[in-house]
Amino acid sequence: MTRPLSAPLDIGFDYTRSLGPTLGRFMTALAERRIEGMRGSDGRVFVPPAEYDPVTAEPLTEPVEVGQEGTVLTWSWIAEPLEGQPLDRPFAWALVRLDGADTAMLHAVDAGSPEAMRTGMRVRVRWAEETAGHIRDIACFEPLDAPERPRPEPAPAEPVTMVTTPVHLHYQHSASAEESRFLRALTEGRVVGQRCPVCGKVYVPPRGACPTDGVPTTDEVELPDRGTVTTFCIVNVPYLGQRIPTPYVAAYILLDGADIAFQHLVLGCDAKEVRMGMRVEAVWKPREQWGPTLENIDHFRPTGEPDAPYESYAQHL
Amino acid sequence: MTDVAVVGFAQAPHVRETEGTTNGVEMLVPVFQELFARTGLSKRDIGFWCSGSSDYLAGRAFSFVSAVDAIGAYPPINESHVEADAAWALYEAWVKIQTGEVDTALVYGFGKSSAGQLRRVLALQLDPYLVAPLWPDSVGIAGMQARLGLDSGLWTERDMAEVVARSRAAAVDNPHAQLAGQVEVDDLLTEPYFVDPLRKHDCAPITDGAAAIILAAGEKAREIAARPAWITGFAHRVDTPHIGARDLTTSPSTVAAAKAAGIDGVEVAELHAPFSHQEILLRQALGLGDAVRVNPSGGPLAGNPMFAGGLIRIGEAAGAVMGGAAGRVLAHATSGPALQQNLVCVMEGRE
Repeated sequence: MTRPLSAPLDIGFDYTRSLGPTLGRFMTALAERRIEGMRGSDGRVFVPPAEYDPVTAEPLTEPVEVGQEGTVLTWSWIAEPLEGQPLDRPFAWALVRLDGADTAMLHAVDAGSPEAMRTGMRVRVRWAEETAGHIRDIACFEPLDAPERPRPEPAPAEPVTMVTTPVHLHYQHSASAEESRFLRALTEGRVVGQRCPVCGKVYVPPRGACPTDGVPTTDEVELPDRGTVTTFCIVNVPYLGQRIPTPYVAAYILLDGADIAFQHLVLGCDAKEVRMGMRVEAVWKPREQWGPTLENIDHFRPTGEPDAPYESYAQHL
Repeated sequence: MTDVAVVGFAQAPHVRETEGTTNGVEMLVPVFQELFARTGLSKRDIGFWCSGSSDYLAGRAFSFVSAVDAIGAYPPINESHVEADAAWALYEAWVKIQTGEVDTALVYGFGKSSAGQLRRVLALQLDPYLVAPLWPDSVGIAGMQARLGLDSGLWTERDMAEVVARSRAAAVDNPHAQLAGQVEVDDLLTEPYFVDPLRKHDCAPITDGAAAIILAAGEKAREIAARPAWITGFAHRVDTPHIGARDLTTSPSTVAAAKAAGIDGVEVAELHAPFSHQEILLRQALGLGDAVRVNPSGGPLAGNPMFAGGLIRIGEAAGAVMGGAAGRVLAHATSGPALQQNLVCVMEGRE
């Protein structure tokens, strides 16, 4: 049996978050190469700061500046750093309690080898070359016996109110076995759906399980590349990444013999002529451009046949 | 309070990688079919459906909506979802039955952990301002917790390896297990470190899987199962997200949940400990004596499908009651870094 189709899926997004007074103050201090904690209800100093006391839930309002050296409370060794981590060579994760603080900060220690790490060792902050008011203004921690790097003079920073964190994740996205057969058929210019063995409905693209009956859909059905517009909208608003000039029509198209409509484009006529019940047919891209994708069909165009009666598609709206 | 019991449990095989989609349909359809065959119920008998899964794990938005295809949601169903392990979905379903609105519920969880890089994906459950931007991976954080216990004499590397050997041996009798077999503690200790002080076998494997449980109230439960696993205590608690402000050598939220649930007299405990030292930590925190059988299924070290692993602990513990192997059992589920959020469910059989 052929394996289902799969492909790398890379997702990237810049998360932009507002900080509020407590974290805004902490990030502003980082931009100035200073570290400020927050005194808790019981007098403990939290670094990084807590907005509310973890035990009493009281809002906390007394910032406390702490030292830039501290003690490693525990650590683990990352022999093969992962994408996005503070160092691209082997390093330790550590909980570091800064002098003057009562809680620990999670960060990286650039120690070179696990032999150079031990619980209780002393470390200091290594600042990033440029600071921006972000947790990564602390590049990492380093052992106290590491040669000290020249440190820029602290300078007052503008208040930091927002923080932006890019997130990139990588997946291997798999199509289902049924979707894979559908996509492979498209590479041959065929449209394949599946019939539910219980209710007899034909799904295209095939879904693996009938959403009405919850049973696997097993019988394959070849469908024609013509059908009926069940509903549509006219897109007038330009947006990022748009490839078709506005106005254009995005429509739900019910292929003849299918019981579920899918979305595609209707071109080849004036947008205002498109209507519910309009009969359309696929316009395929040149064969040499075909791949395992519904984009092999460039768009649908009117066939000129009389409109389908409303009753023929009413239950598919 | 309404008496509520687990009356059925089924799970997919625990495997390193499935060919299926991240919406879980391929894993869930056979699980539901097995569950219905075992209980004699059909989807029309289910009053409420609740699932646990994660879009970050799936790498797509609303993956749990696609999963509903596995139910056959027509006529329309009463349904909910938690972005958490399905053990918390079971809690929601239990509350739903307490409201009196329904007397049955089906709870399911699924995760295709192999789709992305699990250790990195789990960084996104951390504080998004101060911690997640550093991408601390789940194994690195667990390693720091393990060392705290090693340094303070609460456990040794040998203790951890013994947990692994016991888990693999117990899993021999679990047909769903991903890792099972006889391993020697001394051999385990010669393995290199993966994330010092953790070796690979100290970490739960990356597992794709799914599971489902049916809950029923009172008379309904007695009609469905010969020996229902009655829930006598059910609670969940959470510790602060400030990881450096927690005592990582214990789990205050587990202790608080256990106190609320009442765990005296349990004979079996299924503990959701994805790292070997966490099983020891949980035994100590819960005060479980040597007489308590811990993870007779093999536990998470034998297979840990994300977002179903906690629900599976409840299903395995309930199975011990329903099959007559135990009278009173405890199931634990965890979520978040280094056992931050914890749930305890206590069940018993009645004559």
